[in-house]
Amino acid sequence: MAKRIEVSDLNIYYGNFLAVEGVNVSIEPRSITALIGPSGCGKSTFLRSLNRMHEVIPGARVEGKVVMDGQDLYSPDADPVDVRRQIGMVFQRPNPFPTMSIYDNVVAGNRLNNRKMKKAESDELVERSLRGANLWNEVKDRLDRPGSSLSGGQQQRLCIARAIAVEPDVLLMDEPCSALDPISTLAIEDLMAELKDRYTIVIVTHNMQQAARVSESTGFFNLNGVGQPGRLIEFNPTEKIFSNPDQKATEDYISGRFG
Amino acid sequence: MTATKAPTPSPPQQRAVRRLGDRVFAGSAKGSGIFILLVLAGVAAFLVSEAIPALTAPAEEIPGGEGLTGYVAPLIVGTLLGAVLALLVATPLAVGIALYITYYAPRRIAATMGYVIDLLAAIPSVVYGFWGLAVLAPALVPFHRWAADDLGWLPFFAGPASASGRTMLTVGLVLAVMILPIISAIAREVFSQAPALHREAALALGATRWEMIKMAVLPYGRSGVIAGAMLGLGRALGETMAVAIVLSGGAGATLNLIGSSNPSTIASNIALRFPEATGIDVNTLVASGLVLFVITLAVNMLARWIVNRRADFSGAN
Repeated sequence: MAKRIEVSDLNIYYGNFLAVEGVNVSIEPRSITALIGPSGCGKSTFLRSLNRMHEVIPGARVEGKVVMDGQDLYSPDADPVDVRRQIGMVFQRPNPFPTMSIYDNVVAGNRLNNRKMKKAESDELVERSLRGANLWNEVKDRLDRPGSSLSGGQQQRLCIARAIAVEPDVLLMDEPCSALDPISTLAIEDLMAELKDRYTIVIVTHNMQQAARVSESTGFFNLNGVGQPGRLIEFNPTEKIFSNPDQKATEDYISGRFG
Repeated sequence: MTATKAPTPSPPQQRAVRRLGDRVFAGSAKGSGIFILLVLAGVAAFLVSEAIPALTAPAEEIPGGEGLTGYVAPLIVGTLLGAVLALLVATPLAVGIALYITYYAPRRIAATMGYVIDLLAAIPSVVYGFWGLAVLAPALVPFHRWAADDLGWLPFFAGPASASGRTMLTVGLVLAVMILPIISAIAREVFSQAPALHREAALALGATRWEMIKMAVLPYGRSGVIAGAMLGLGRALGETMAVAIVLSGGAGATLNLIGSSNPSTIASNIALRFPEATGIDVNTLVASGLVLFVITLAVNMLARWIVNRRADFSGAN
């Protein structure tokens, strides 16, 4: 079940340092939203604040509202653990658990959510998730091998399988292809195109071609200078951002005039 | 293109450029490695050569009159009993302390606590011995009595309970406190190095803090904890002073932890008897030392084997 995310007046801090200021945006369900911008502009920080992973860092905190289909993620009685169970995340560097087999990696999240699962049920879940991540055919004969025995691209798809195995409402991806070669990148992009029928996907990317290829909407983050907070400069349909952006800064960035 | 190809002459052996710094470093590292092996071999050779008279002597000449096996067996039981008890008590405690310091305690408390625990390792073992004798042993007497009454069906608490508390149980607990800082220091170090990458992976899947620790920290730290436990076990096996002070030993082999007659341990037995030993007695004591050497070696090899068994899944690849 894909859900819509409404962000209003979001300020994100590391201790006393304001890293991202005043974000207002509405992220559509069943679509891919790309976030682009120069390094250090706060797009990853913003992404991590959507599933409350930001506050994992000591001193990090958030002001403002993030609402997912009417559910305020930062209300005092919202449990960050529950939020993260609904909003999955794929990281920049593939991070399968090295001490677990491929099989155990896929069911890791489900073992947290629902301790008792029949063998047949979890077998079925593993196959479904790995097929969903286009990895099944490559690993079906070695599910008991460690996840770290796979190539980087395969590891990243394993992480996607792990994230979708718990059937989240939203999938956040923090530069999921930046550590991968072009062929693995293509595999992941194809996968994202399939997944968007069922999930709300938000992806941070440094690769503007990738944003143009995969996303429906694009947000451009920028900052005025070092030590200044990052801001969401423009949020528009991807076509518009890459052909006729509203802001001069966006045009400069996508045409490579700075950044 | 012609198909024939003259066999290409093998390229002249490429000689890697060897820089002075590299050579000095490689040489000194190699030298250190060889040095430790030499020391070990020297100790082993000394033990074996000094033990041979006892190994070959007729049974009547060995103190106790029951041969070397009869002499050493109770000591082995005593040594293992005290050390294993210490390990069983200290390891879970040390892991708990290490997890608290690395993942639960507020930062300021964590730093202080780590420092205090490290201080435990700096206390001389003779102090532990007197503490065990003067404080812990009397304090544990009621527990001894209770264990004999209510847990007497276990061979470890068969009783009758010692009235002084100078038992294997007390020794095990003193040893546990002594090895606690070793195990917890190493556990703390490996736990704090559990990669953020995997900790965040667990959290992003909706793990609670404890579940995150179970998924990403404990498996990663497992081999380190085992290594720390083995270091601690080595210390407990070889501990001399504290055991010699606390334990009223010298009896035959028994599993009874709370009785007034306990087997001594190898190291404390050597320390207590050596000053007055002459002739074959000395050789017998050295032979028992050789046994301790072998036990420690075996324990370390076992630990290495446990750590390597699942090397594929260690996260080191």
